[in-house]
Amino acid sequence: MQVLERTTTSAPEGRAADVAPLIVARGLTKAYDTRATVLQGIDLEIQEGERVALIGANGSGKSTLLKSLIGLHSISDGTLSCFGHPVGPEAGRAQRLRMRRQTGFVFQKHCLVRRRSVLSNVIHGLFGEPGSWRAFSHSLAPLEWRNRAMQALADVDLEHKALHRADALSGGQQQRVAIARAIVRRPRLLIADEPAASLDPLSGHNVMELFTHLCRTQGITLIYTSHDMAHAMDYADRIVALKRGKVFFDRPVTKVAPADLKDTFDD
Amino acid sequence: MIDRRVQAPDRFRRFSTLNFVLIVALAAILLTSMEQVAPSPKQLADGLPGMANLVGRMLPPNTEPDFLARIAVRMVETFQIALVGAAIGIALSLPIAWCAARGVSPLGRGNVLVKAAISFLRTVPDLVWALIFVASIGLGAVAGTMTIMVDTIGFCGRFFAEAMEDAEKEPQEALAAIGANRPSILIGAILPDIMPSLINSSLFALEKAVRSSVVLGLVGAGGIGQELKVAFDLFQYRNASMIILAIFVIVLLMEVCTDKLRARLQ
Repeated sequence: MQVLERTTTSAPEGRAADVAPLIVARGLTKAYDTRATVLQGIDLEIQEGERVALIGANGSGKSTLLKSLIGLHSISDGTLSCFGHPVGPEAGRAQRLRMRRQTGFVFQKHCLVRRRSVLSNVIHGLFGEPGSWRAFSHSLAPLEWRNRAMQALADVDLEHKALHRADALSGGQQQRVAIARAIVRRPRLLIADEPAASLDPLSGHNVMELFTHLCRTQGITLIYTSHDMAHAMDYADRIVALKRGKVFFDRPVTKVAPADLKDTFDD
Repeated sequence: MIDRRVQAPDRFRRFSTLNFVLIVALAAILLTSMEQVAPSPKQLADGLPGMANLVGRMLPPNTEPDFLARIAVRMVETFQIALVGAAIGIALSLPIAWCAARGVSPLGRGNVLVKAAISFLRTVPDLVWALIFVASIGLGAVAGTMTIMVDTIGFCGRFFAEAMEDAEKEPQEALAAIGANRPSILIGAILPDIMPSLINSSLFALEKAVRSSVVLGLVGAGGIGQELKVAFDLFQYRNASMIILAIFVIVLLMEVCTDKLRARLQ
């Protein structure tokens, strides 16, 4: 498996201890209305290069937290910064876009444009770059973008499917295309919302292995949610458990006991 | 397994008093209107001889070569009015629909103003638009083309906007999550998703434009309608029947072509 080498960010092993966290949340609260508070006073720090698994029962606020991190959901209270810049209402639209352009986001449902080719979908990951209207289709994209997209497809072992329609691929393959779209921009932060939920065990394992590989070789910070405790324990450095919108525990994987996991999902 | 009796729900939902009153009122309005404006059997019977007389004077249709050549030129002009008017209208409808679509528009809540403008274009009948353009631009095909263009914006603007509102949200969210701006989301996620719907609406608009363009000549906006008006004004009913046949053929051809295109694209 070939991998794009990052040039600007060092791998986690080389990180200095006093480097500012990539993400800082203080008292983060998200309420859809006065009765539905999804997140309550979340305090969280994530260092560059870390792999963090977010776990919790359905409705515990995992997806909302992920989307809040890059401003897809506005926060109701508290402060949140990403890449050293505020994400909350005080951040302008331009700043939010700049921040998102350093981020790759993999959704549970792949979220590909079904009618377009696999290659075009991967090139869509470059929307936001100068002249990005050319990311509309691989036919219009500059050669350098096409090469980067092919390299990202090679990273997920799908270069041979480049010209297939996205909806002609299996669920596992579509998820790998979504990952290729997320990494084609060489992001500093990769967020994945239940990336293996719709996949069979082997495909799920392969996707998580791929994430681990990318993080190790490119120094990407990974935050993912999972209902599969094996995925949380095997592929993360740290587990953050959410329960009813609050942080239930936040500790390194090595210090998480089976009882902690059980308590997270108990009523 | 829990042992308890369950009953099937009622086959029909119960009528509320309000619904009953509304239905009775609607029926009363329909019956009153029918009495006032629908043709009575006596009126139909009295009109039949006149109709038979007119049909008799229309037959056989005029097939003189000079006349056929003249209406062929007018038919080509009619088709050109429809094609150019519809093409420009469809092209302009895209950005207008984008501004009008709820949740997608770059104007935010200002989309309702654009929606209202599209409704206005659609509400005014094409013959009224033709009168306006004939009065402002002058007699001829250009007024017809402008009419078709405005009529197409009213039609496609609405359907394009609805398609954009119904486009799949997940790919849009995926592009928003990686920093794509609104135009990028439009061309990257929305347009590819709704392309079949756009093509379908555009083909219907073209069909509609051909049908509309044949009558625009009645008010001096060019095309075959002008010949039809002259034929009726001068009691040249054999000419009129030939023109009606020609209109039927071109509209039918258009419908067959667009049906085939639609089937192929789907």
